[in-house]
Amino acid sequence: MTDDDIKKAALAVLAEIAPEIKTDEIDPEVNFRDQFDFDSMDFLNFALGLGQRIGVEIPEPDYPKLSSLNGCIAYLAPRLAGN
Amino acid sequence: MPRPDIASVIVKNPNDMSGTSTPFSWQQAGRELDGLPGGGLNIAHEAVDRHAMGFERDRVALRFIAKDEMAKGGAVHDVTYAQLTEQTNRFANVLRALDVAQGERVFTLAGRIPELYTVALGTLKNGNMFCPLFSAFGPEPIEARLGIGGAKVLVTTAALYRRKVAGLRAALPGLEHVLIVGDETPPFGTLSLAVLMAAASADGRCEPTAPDDPALLHFTSATTGPPKGVVHVHGAVLAHLVTARMALDLRPGDMFWCTADPGWVTGTSYGIIAPLVLGATVIVDAAEFDAARWYQILEKQKVTVWYTAPTAIRMLMKAGANLARGFDLSALRFLASVGEPLNPQAVLWGRDVLGHPFHDNWWQTETGAIMIANTAAMDIKPGAMGQPLPGITAGIVRRLLGGGVEEITAPDTIGELAVRTGWPSMFRAYVGAAVRYRECFADGWYLSGDLARRDDDGYYWFVGRADDMIKSAGHLIGPFEVESALMEHPAVAEAGVIGKPDPVAMEVVKAFVALKPGYAANDALRRELLGHARQRLGAAVAPREIEFSADLPKTRSGKIMRRLLKARELGLPEGDLSTLEGGA
Repeated sequence: MTDDDIKKAALAVLAEIAPEIKTDEIDPEVNFRDQFDFDSMDFLNFALGLGQRIGVEIPEPDYPKLSSLNGCIAYLAPRLAGN
Repeated sequence: MPRPDIASVIVKNPNDMSGTSTPFSWQQAGRELDGLPGGGLNIAHEAVDRHAMGFERDRVALRFIAKDEMAKGGAVHDVTYAQLTEQTNRFANVLRALDVAQGERVFTLAGRIPELYTVALGTLKNGNMFCPLFSAFGPEPIEARLGIGGAKVLVTTAALYRRKVAGLRAALPGLEHVLIVGDETPPFGTLSLAVLMAAASADGRCEPTAPDDPALLHFTSATTGPPKGVVHVHGAVLAHLVTARMALDLRPGDMFWCTADPGWVTGTSYGIIAPLVLGATVIVDAAEFDAARWYQILEKQKVTVWYTAPTAIRMLMKAGANLARGFDLSALRFLASVGEPLNPQAVLWGRDVLGHPFHDNWWQTETGAIMIANTAAMDIKPGAMGQPLPGITAGIVRRLLGGGVEEITAPDTIGELAVRTGWPSMFRAYVGAAVRYRECFADGWYLSGDLARRDDDGYYWFVGRADDMIKSAGHLIGPFEVESALMEHPAVAEAGVIGKPDPVAMEVVKAFVALKPGYAANDALRRELLGHARQRLGAAVAPREIEFSADLPKTRSGKIMRRLLKARELGLPEGDLSTLEGGA
């Protein structure tokens, strides 16, 4: 999986939870919660959904690492290398 | 003389113990309040000025932790009681300069930023009603609340104003002043709070408010119709003080962290007022839930008393005990929880992992303060909300045909939880809805709308809601508000909204939608509706799930039967369907 695949997967899960988000305007560096209305339950659903979508078991304590697009890539890329 | 048989005299927790001390009375407790120097009572004087005039003047009243605190190396922003007096004087003088008269309403729409706290207490000083709105609300809940509450002043940030308020101004002619927090140039039609504050004097006093003068306005959702504006008076401060001490074990000098946002009643009664009245230091974290960050705050700020919510506790449990064990939580003395019933596992998890059990308690926006609690002085029953605090009489009642109620005294019988009227923080009105207010009372009881039972030992257990209200992540959400927003979409013919059980949030909002002819029930439309609802209502209120349903169950009079939708969702028997459209 490339970085771009991870990004696409993350955006697809975001669009499922909060379809009103303009995904092309997301700043990859900034936390989701600081860019749009995204509460704790949304974030929990996002972390669960992303793990399921790409087929990786993400331990709960690591969820905060997924709080921005670049965070998702930085966390998941090494785990998906070679897939 | 024979020696008395000690064993027969000294027993543990003697039953007549209560007879050895003076029984609690609100009148007696009221002596702990100072009152205004010239007579009268004002929450801001009890919470701020009296400490600023005394030995506690240099104690930290509020400690703010900014969102990027961790990046800044742990810097916090402290405000002492003396400084808080000056700042709140300034804001009261700002309101005077804007000709905001006593009793008029000042609203906030902001995250947990320092200005919110200054505005809250400064508003009370000027004799105005303070009404905080949750910043995650979308434009529709905001418009309804500003309108019903008759907002004259709104304090918010430029970003929230542009996103959620600017478009509402034409519909809110009574909203005369919008004050913008921060350094940037205020948007057209607004004023800079910082500029006004700088021009205002730091000297001042509290307006001579009376105990029965309105002070706080909190909104709560309704099953049918618009949200209700719950009015509390300055006299409620006595209940804030007494209940914080008895139910939260809060003492002067404590480091106290209430994780609730002031946009909800807990975040104002216990996130601002009660701890300041008691002379504690209040920790305010601007960021949203993050397990590691929360443990870091507990450790670093040496939090002694912590008041949080079941959803957050369950999220901490999901993050795992190992994470918690990496932190030094030895400063903690007392943990409490409110918002929805705390499951027994979570109570015990607190004991096993954090070193102290969580003490669950129960109250509502309307009660203004904690009514029923597991206190430090009694055995916790995990899963129970506890027993009524001193000064509070609770009961389980059954509504009678014709209007009255009768108390159910048999233990473990389910009925409506009710509280005997007359406690200091009892709400005094629903703004502009006198009939609805009266309907909350019968035969000297306030009827809570919560179903509960009382066991043999006098502990109360939450059973469910008597109406269709949804309890999600500690918030009470009215299905009507959600249904109305969905109905505004051109594709929607009808909508029925329920609470769907959820392991973390207790319930999540789920909507069933019937479409108008010509619209196809597909995934694209489902997402469009979800986005539509989130934009109008905000993430905290909008449905998390939407399901299309061609035939929503209705009564013969055409009312959607939410209970039946819920029964279907849960796979429960649907009961007597004879009143349904088309029969059964």
